[in-house]
Amino acid sequence: MTTITYREAVRSGLREALKRDPRVFLMGEDVGKYGGTYACSKGLLDEFGPERIRDTPLSESTFVGAGIGAALGGMRPIVEVMTVNFSLLALDQILNNAATLRHMSGGQFNVPLVVRMATGAGRQVAAQHSHSLEGWYAHIPGITVLTPATVTDAQGMLLAALQEPDPVFIFEHAYLYSMEGELEGSRPAVDISRAAVRRPGNDLSLITFGGSLWKALAAATQLAQEGIEAEVLDLRVLRPLDTGTILTSVRKTHRAVVIDEAWRTGSFAAEIAAQIMEGAFYDLDAPVARVCSEEVPIPYPKHLEEAALPQPDKIVKAVRRLLG
Amino acid sequence: MTPAFTREQGLELLRHMLRIRRFEERTAELYQLGKIHGFLHLYIGEEAVAAGSIPSFTNEDAIVATYREHGHALVRGTSMKQLMAELYGKAAGCARGRGGSMHFFDASRRFYGGLAIVAGGLPVAVGLALADKMQGRTRVTGCYFGDGAVAEGEFHESLNLAALWKLPVLFLCENNLYAMGTALARHQSQPDIAAKARAYNLPAETVDGMDVCAVQTATHQAIGSVRRGDGPYLLEYRTYRFRAHSMYDAELYRAKEEVTEWKRRDPISTFAQALRTAGMLADSDLQRIEAEIATEIEEAVTFAETSPWEPVEDLTKDVYTGKA
Amino acid sequence: MAEFLMPTLGADMTDGTLVQWKKKEGDRIAKGETIAEVDTEKAAIDVESHTTGIIERLITRPGDKVPVGTVMAIIREEGGPTTSVASPRAVATPPSPPPPSPRTERAAVAPSQVGRLRISPAAKKLAAERGIEASTLQGTGPEGAITLDDIDRATTATTDIAKPVGTADRQARMRQTIAAAMARSKREIPHYYLSTTIDMGRAITWLKDSNEQRPVTERLLYGVLLIKAVALALRRVPELNALWKDGEAHRSERIHIGTAISLRQGGLVAPALHDADRLSLSELMQNFQDLVKRARAGSLRSSELSDPTITVTSLGEQGVETVFGVIYPPQVALVGFGKVVERPWVADGLVVPRPVLMASLSADHRVTDGHRGGLFLAEIDRLLQEPQSL
Repeated sequence: MTTITYREAVRSGLREALKRDPRVFLMGEDVGKYGGTYACSKGLLDEFGPERIRDTPLSESTFVGAGIGAALGGMRPIVEVMTVNFSLLALDQILNNAATLRHMSGGQFNVPLVVRMATGAGRQVAAQHSHSLEGWYAHIPGITVLTPATVTDAQGMLLAALQEPDPVFIFEHAYLYSMEGELEGSRPAVDISRAAVRRPGNDLSLITFGGSLWKALAAATQLAQEGIEAEVLDLRVLRPLDTGTILTSVRKTHRAVVIDEAWRTGSFAAEIAAQIMEGAFYDLDAPVARVCSEEVPIPYPKHLEEAALPQPDKIVKAVRRLLG
Repeated sequence: MTPAFTREQGLELLRHMLRIRRFEERTAELYQLGKIHGFLHLYIGEEAVAAGSIPSFTNEDAIVATYREHGHALVRGTSMKQLMAELYGKAAGCARGRGGSMHFFDASRRFYGGLAIVAGGLPVAVGLALADKMQGRTRVTGCYFGDGAVAEGEFHESLNLAALWKLPVLFLCENNLYAMGTALARHQSQPDIAAKARAYNLPAETVDGMDVCAVQTATHQAIGSVRRGDGPYLLEYRTYRFRAHSMYDAELYRAKEEVTEWKRRDPISTFAQALRTAGMLADSDLQRIEAEIATEIEEAVTFAETSPWEPVEDLTKDVYTGKA
Repeated sequence: MAEFLMPTLGADMTDGTLVQWKKKEGDRIAKGETIAEVDTEKAAIDVESHTTGIIERLITRPGDKVPVGTVMAIIREEGGPTTSVASPRAVATPPSPPPPSPRTERAAVAPSQVGRLRISPAAKKLAAERGIEASTLQGTGPEGAITLDDIDRATTATTDIAKPVGTADRQARMRQTIAAAMARSKREIPHYYLSTTIDMGRAITWLKDSNEQRPVTERLLYGVLLIKAVALALRRVPELNALWKDGEAHRSERIHIGTAISLRQGGLVAPALHDADRLSLSELMQNFQDLVKRARAGSLRSSELSDPTITVTSLGEQGVETVFGVIYPPQVALVGFGKVVERPWVADGLVVPRPVLMASLSADHRVTDGHRGGLFLAEIDRLLQEPQSL
């Protein structure tokens, strides 16, 4: 077992990918000389040169679109959009081109593109830099949406994504970059089709993904002290969603709390709740509960930001309510 | 207008334009008969641009076009049968019937659409060119778009990035003077599109888009420059759309006299006249070409009429590669 | 404001258990619409509201057993006959009133949770599997919802306080109810009995001919002729069509014939065929079949159980020739019919075999005497000799 930070895990995944396949290159804002806003690509410019580590202008739509074109042209681009907040400027390319091309062309053109971006709040960067929009992206058929929450996934999902013939979007929670964890196993590539049970339990299911996983695990630890054994599910892949693992867990525990850093209304948590209703209604012993962000632009002061986001104590409270 | 080509070459250019004109006239009829649905953006009036520019690309080059792309696909060589079947929505269409008028694709001819979000094709073309450059190929990517696209951010971002990275892409702006119904001067502070390109350090020229010879000469020269590795190039073709934006509109945005005036410069009749003057075109030649085209069109209609629909079971095929 | 009370669904009924509300607070209810399902000793009955209005408050909780006459809900009445006129007009007027704001809607909807049994889907499924009547349980889940654990506890409980109402239980309770009613009848009502033999020859011949004209699905049973004859005879002797209340008989304007139907699992109900004197034979037949079906499915309406003004019991199918029944209080009469049998009969001075039937009357001597009773049976006989006029 090796202990590394999430940031180092991303970097080692990038390095491994660049080494393995000459068609792979990284482009994005400040990925080269600056070393990446979150230092994920620090040192890679020196190692792989400016042809393969490309700093781009602040033109999200065009460098994401260029990633699509390069993928069509036989390359294996990794496009880094600095944060999910800026990905909105590239939404046209993502939705209208990357996601549609294969189906719309009758199967003639596929787009083996990987786009990485930081997501999430929790660092006091206020309303315009704190979005959690991976659930929006998971709405789009034609793309795969990954939310690595562990160092193993941060490293391995990137490599697995590069094996996919179609566009893959990886959402790295900015709060996790400095988190340390232990790399599991010897093979860097991981499965990108299944959800994972991060903590088994029989009393209820805490279903979450990305940065909220750690909050859910903290809540589960606290609940265990009260004698409540929560099962914690890390969805890992938001699209295509591994509904089977969710339903298996809920059928066992009969109760579910979904934790999602996005705003509650129209959140991915709502989708999970709907899937449970459709697939496990008669196994439910309580309504599905959600712990999401408050419906406000994320404010700057720490106490307000914390109040706006899901927190372990909110999860614990939601669980107690469910248990009656 | 002095033809700088042989009689055969001249007749070929005329044939290209007539094929587009007659094909589209027939599609307008079929639309009224309810055989073709959705949007149908006709190219009538602008034929000289596709006919004069597309043949200068090699088979290895790539073409990215817009929703007004019937002419480009026809000249590029996709069979009229496949195109007509696509307009009918039949499985034998060039995109399995899934795209219709706005989404012609042909992988075998490196024809990348048929991308119908204004300016959305530019970043993709930049990426295709990037892939060629990174892989050391001397291919050129031709990217067609209209004057409306120059108002989009992606136009500016793409020209900038292509010039910055010296990518082998030729931007072909079909300036028909109207972004749907908004005249260029009503939406651009600087209506000289070539001047905008020069601001991004691209060589750029304005060409008479109603003169197929001028189009051919300018395009041939520009492609040569791009292929030599001198970086991207922009050509602005001044042309005119004789018909409505899509099938019908009230044409409140332009004067009838203006349309009449431009029709006097009809690229087909003026070129035919030039050929006659040069002694390259006899009435019998014209009759023969028209008859051949008429036969081709009827065969295409019969093919489209009689070919099958894509089975509904295949609805979700090719959303993801290899998955139903 | 109108009160919805635990209704009397039979003279014997002293209390009832609310199974479920069919409406939520804030819902509109029209007169005659089902408001609740009430479990009597006999069956689960859909109970109608007698008021048109908005349900203001649901007081009784599902599972609660309350005495007859208990206020179970409050209904805010709507204006009288004007409502039905006003609403179509409102629809036709273009600027329709703005819909209620979401806030109001939420406020109106939220308390509805009181009305519906709060039980988790999983618990509901398990309860059904184990045959547990969940409405009798006290929930321990969120907001008092019944959970899997509650069902588990109920399953293992040995005391019968929380014991579910199983089929066997219901039968036993129904038996008790019948016992109470019949004992009360015999204790309180001075019965007298009359009987007469009726020649059914014409009626049966007429029925046979008539049925040949009818599609198989619309054929009549002779029992329907008997009911119709009783109904019409009551017009002649209306004092038999009455209810005994507060020490005196109250004649009923309308003739609702309680028709004794034995249930397959045992027990007996006698729901009403409303206005039997005004219905054609075909309508009666249809209503009768519907009643039998619903009686056996346990989906009778409350009014059908509480409305009868007289009861007819027919045991011919069981081979019985003569029935002397016990009056079902507070009714004051009961008509019994036996089996149709071939008997030697004197007609026009000749002895001929004829199909005959014994009709009997059990009547309350406080209300009528033998003379009126005899007249009533004679009228039935007369009517059955002119079957075409039924």
